[in-house]
Amino acid sequence: MQHWIIAPILLPTFIGALIILTMRHDVVLQRVAGLTSSVLMVAATLALLVAAQSGAVESYELGSWPAPFGIVLVLDRLSALMVTLTAVLGLVVLAYATATGWDQRGKNFHALFQFQLMGLFGAMLTGDIFNLFVFFEILLIASYGLMTHGGGRMRLRGGVQYVMYNLAGSTLFLFALGTLYAVFGSLNMADLAERATQLPAGDAALVRVTAALLLLVFVLKGALLPMHFWLPNTYALAPAPVAALFAVMTKVGAYSVIRVFTLIFPTTLVSMGGLVSDVIAPAAMVTLAIGMIGVLGGGTLARVASFSAIGSMGTLFLAVGAFTEASTGAALYYLIHSTLAGAALFLVVDQVRARRGNSALRLQAPIVGGGLISAMFFMAAIASAGMPPLSGFLGKLMVLQAIRDQDWWVWGWAFVLVTSLIAVVGFSRAGSQLFWKPYDNVAPASDGFEVAPGSTSGWGLAALGALLALVVALTVAAGPVSRYTTATAAQLYNASEYIYAVLGTPEERLVRAEQEEELADALHGADHGAPAQSHAPQEEGH
Amino acid sequence: MEALVAIAIGSMTAAGIYLMLRLRTFPVVLGLSMLTYAVNVFIFTSGRLVAGAPAILGAAEVMTDPLPQALVLTAIVISFGMTALVVILALGSYLNAGTDAIDIEKPGEQPETGN
Repeated sequence: MQHWIIAPILLPTFIGALIILTMRHDVVLQRVAGLTSSVLMVAATLALLVAAQSGAVESYELGSWPAPFGIVLVLDRLSALMVTLTAVLGLVVLAYATATGWDQRGKNFHALFQFQLMGLFGAMLTGDIFNLFVFFEILLIASYGLMTHGGGRMRLRGGVQYVMYNLAGSTLFLFALGTLYAVFGSLNMADLAERATQLPAGDAALVRVTAALLLLVFVLKGALLPMHFWLPNTYALAPAPVAALFAVMTKVGAYSVIRVFTLIFPTTLVSMGGLVSDVIAPAAMVTLAIGMIGVLGGGTLARVASFSAIGSMGTLFLAVGAFTEASTGAALYYLIHSTLAGAALFLVVDQVRARRGNSALRLQAPIVGGGLISAMFFMAAIASAGMPPLSGFLGKLMVLQAIRDQDWWVWGWAFVLVTSLIAVVGFSRAGSQLFWKPYDNVAPASDGFEVAPGSTSGWGLAALGALLALVVALTVAAGPVSRYTTATAAQLYNASEYIYAVLGTPEERLVRAEQEEELADALHGADHGAPAQSHAPQEEGH
Repeated sequence: MEALVAIAIGSMTAAGIYLMLRLRTFPVVLGLSMLTYAVNVFIFTSGRLVAGAPAILGAAEVMTDPLPQALVLTAIVISFGMTALVVILALGSYLNAGTDAIDIEKPGEQPETGN
């Protein structure tokens, strides 16, 4: 099993490079390679999910360099869940992009898509915080290419905003890592978690600064207020399949917050106090409000979908910010749901745009195939707003129940419930304007617009349908899924499992130290006078 | 030495942030590169400042921490590549849109799906 952990990272790397080097001019080959690789990744990540189900944390040392000196990949329930979700979403979105011809509207879509997946998988699997930065960069670089895929005036301008915002974020990440290394003297997450408890009290202020910097970087990715300004333009202006894939990018921010602030800076850490949860919960509430008010006043369906993505991050961070086992379990269920529902909403936006030339919420002649599209919009909107019977409702219910024991639960409940109502109004307004009113009024057709060949193909609709079917499946299988997320949360709050898997249990470490000493003595005996080299890795000279 | 380096990092960061808040792409790109210079030096100092010592264990009495030097190399490569990318992107956007303003005044209309 062990070597499988790196498979989701290696596979897209090789296929992506192969596509660029050998298939640049062959559309069919690119598509076959991209889709095959995505199917294989789903298979590989499902295998990892099954392996993680047992509850054991597995660590994979790259190049067999022992932790904490080398880089490790770690497979636990959380990372297995995240990579599986990403792989499944990646496959569906790639199928949609291929079916609707989006992949041919610019160059190198398939290669960039593979690199994007590689970055996402790497960020979710790595157990080294500088490596997390590197994978963040990989996924960002690929996303810069995907975001501006197809070009066009507005999209390039949106791309400039997106790239600059994220470059500033990356610089902030580096500042955080510099501080982290200066204070802790390590970059391995398990090692950091151990050292955090042993730091002298005088370092408390520096620890808090580091934690705050890291939090800023992660919530920038997660679009938590006030770091959400990049999201509406980016998602509305990006190609719709790319925006659908980006639904999982904001979740990487949430994943990193969950990982780092349960492992390295847990609320039980004396120097942290309630710093993180005190900040996240109010910010999440305001994010929720801004997002859902944006749904009401979006102006175009694409912006409605973007703001609903912000709103869903608000709900997610509300549950994350409570930092209890129950709330993290609820957050993870809601995370799966909001990724799938958000992606479906963006694909619906694309279908609307493909049929009427824009997604502006103004009267225009009825669109072709409006019945099916409006039904799909209806489903995606119900799921995103959190109305019964779909998984959004269950997710929000779990979140509400999980934050019940917090001091601020009244505020949390009020924000979630009121904003859900606003979202329902916003979505119904958008839906009736697009799909309903055109039949009552005589509205002009968009002048000079012709449906691009292939952009409304049945296979594209099938991919969109598959995404909605996944939302239904998540609703039906809510029991097993929430059991898994609860077990995941339990594993997260028992950080010693993670630490022991990476660094070894205290007994194992003692045995290893003795063996190294014997080895050193043997070397010493054979070669007098030479310094005992094998001691070197044991030194902790920071 | 510490004070000197700290002042240098601080002024570069301040200049970078100021430039990043400008409205046109060129000063913002300059500001971003300024910030990356600042962060590169900052990472370098995270292993503590030691003058005239090798980064090899056992080669001399005092050694410098080699890890920040490796980290800063990664950071330099990435920031260099990203600066090049953002310059190209800003240029493309300027040639396409006819303006180098960063703000989008009317985000209303999306690009058409076909090109």
